Amino acid sequence: MYAFNYHRPNSLDAAAQALAANEDAKLLAGGQTMLPTMKQRLAMPSDLIDLSGIAELRGVCEDGDAVVVGAMTTHAEVAANEIVRSKIPALAKLADGIGDPQVRNRGTLGGSIANADPAADYPAAVVGLGATVKTNKREIAADDFFVGLFETALEPGELVVSVRFPVPEAAAYAKFDHPASRYAIVGVMVARTGGGVRVGITGAAPSAFRQTEMEQALAGNFAPDALDGISVSADGLNGDIHASAEYRAHLVGVMAKRAVIAARG
Amino acid sequence: MLTVTMTVNGQKVAKDVDPRTLLVQFLREQLNLTGTHVGCDTSQCGACVVLVDGKSMKACTMLAAQADGCEVTTIEGLAKNGELHPMQAAFKEHHGLQCGFCTPGMIISAVDLLQQNPDPSEHEIREWLEGNICRCTGYHNIVKAIQHAAQDMRS
Ligand SMILES: Cc1cc2nc3c(=O)[nH]c(=O)nc-3n(C[C@H](O)[C@H](O)[C@H](O)COP(=O)(O)OP(=O)(O)OC[C@H]3O[C@@H](n4cnc5c(N)ncnc54)[C@H](O)[C@@H]3O)c2cc1C
Ligand code: FES
Ligand code: FES
Repeated sequence: MYAFNYHRPNSLDAAAQALAANEDAKLLAGGQTMLPTMKQRLAMPSDLIDLSGIAELRGVCEDGDAVVVGAMTTHAEVAANEIVRSKIPALAKLADGIGDPQVRNRGTLGGSIANADPAADYPAAVVGLGATVKTNKREIAADDFFVGLFETALEPGELVVSVRFPVPEAAAYAKFDHPASRYAIVGVMVARTGGGVRVGITGAAPSAFRQTEMEQALAGNFAPDALDGISVSADGLNGDIHASAEYRAHLVGVMAKRAVIAARG
Repeated sequence: MLTVTMTVNGQKVAKDVDPRTLLVQFLREQLNLTGTHVGCDTSQCGACVVLVDGKSMKACTMLAAQADGCEVTTIEGLAKNGELHPMQAAFKEHHGLQCGFCTPGMIISAVDLLQQNPDPSEHEIREWLEGNICRCTGYHNIVKAIQHAAQDMRS
């Protein structure tokens, strides 16, 4: 790891200022991606701004018909939280399936979505549940947040404050996980809401996306058979030693069906 | 340099560190607590697991600075008054180790499991050990040891 200066501000403003003060400064959340990347010398920030001292970034609350999760809330905290478990059990289950217990005790929602790993779980929830990402500057709709491989709509100097997840009528997440890391080879969040059905997919493509053909079919008939006959193209999907693009395309259909079955309860 | 202060195995320590010092380096090299091992140094194996404010974490994927103000428990902190912790005793009794390299991390991870779930099923134990890799035992005796420790600690 290259040398850096360490800061632990205790307010959002101070963090934003420290971030703006140096163009090579980086935020540190749980560090479960940042520190391994720095150890490999793939990142060499001049300054690390640890967000753990900012109380308002951590915790879960209910806000009208939505659940708001602070950026620094760990995966373990989301998985165990009573509000999340009762209002959006699919989100609690997703958080509980990330990595391993020690990763869940440090990794955070904000770090996960800001990193936008194509195989990360939370992006499927943000897209599939139609969440809104609140930053220190604005609100970003889920459909606009994930832009590409490890790329989001966040601008330099912008940091995630919280994510607002609308409570769905029913939802479930199904993932075909990598057996060693538990990252998603393909993960699908299906949600039925007052406004229709949403299908958010992670792992399959460079960034999380919606499958609108499935959404329309499920809006008419929220049952696994509604997905029969929908074939997912392998064009543009990820292929690697773990799974080819064709296999991932096939898994999208299988995981979507499993999610619908689970969401029907 | 940065001054970090934490309570390690019940003892308050304050030391100057380079900001890039990992918690595991701090424990091993500055406090000479070499019971916490480094297996992979890439967040995969769990040999470095310690309790930070009561929760199990990988000390190789955490800066010492991030533990500033925290309570840290390492394998050296489990025995009390010369008596092994029930989890240590169970690993010994049920032969939950061969080379012993993974053992400190396994034991700390298992202690965290029982804090949250005093009566885990075999399946729950195996799921919990997702982040702890053992290259020797095949896990059976580790699981058995944790089951027996759970029994002992409940009674
Ligand atoms: C062994 C292992 C297994 C894993 N398995 C899975 C898995 O199965 N599924 C999965 O989804 N993930 C998995 N992860 C990733 C992990 O869950 C974390 O979510 C992820 O590492 C990022 O979160 P973090 O809090 O650790 O962020 P950090 O590593 O601290 O930061 C990641 C990036 O986000 C930026 N950032 C952090 N917080 C903010 C913010 N509030 N606003 C703007 N930018 C920010 C940082 O600057 C950095 O660039 C795994 C990690 C490990 C080590
Ligand atoms: S040494 Fe920390 S996980 Fe392997
Ligand atoms: S006993 Fe040798 S690695 Fe587990």
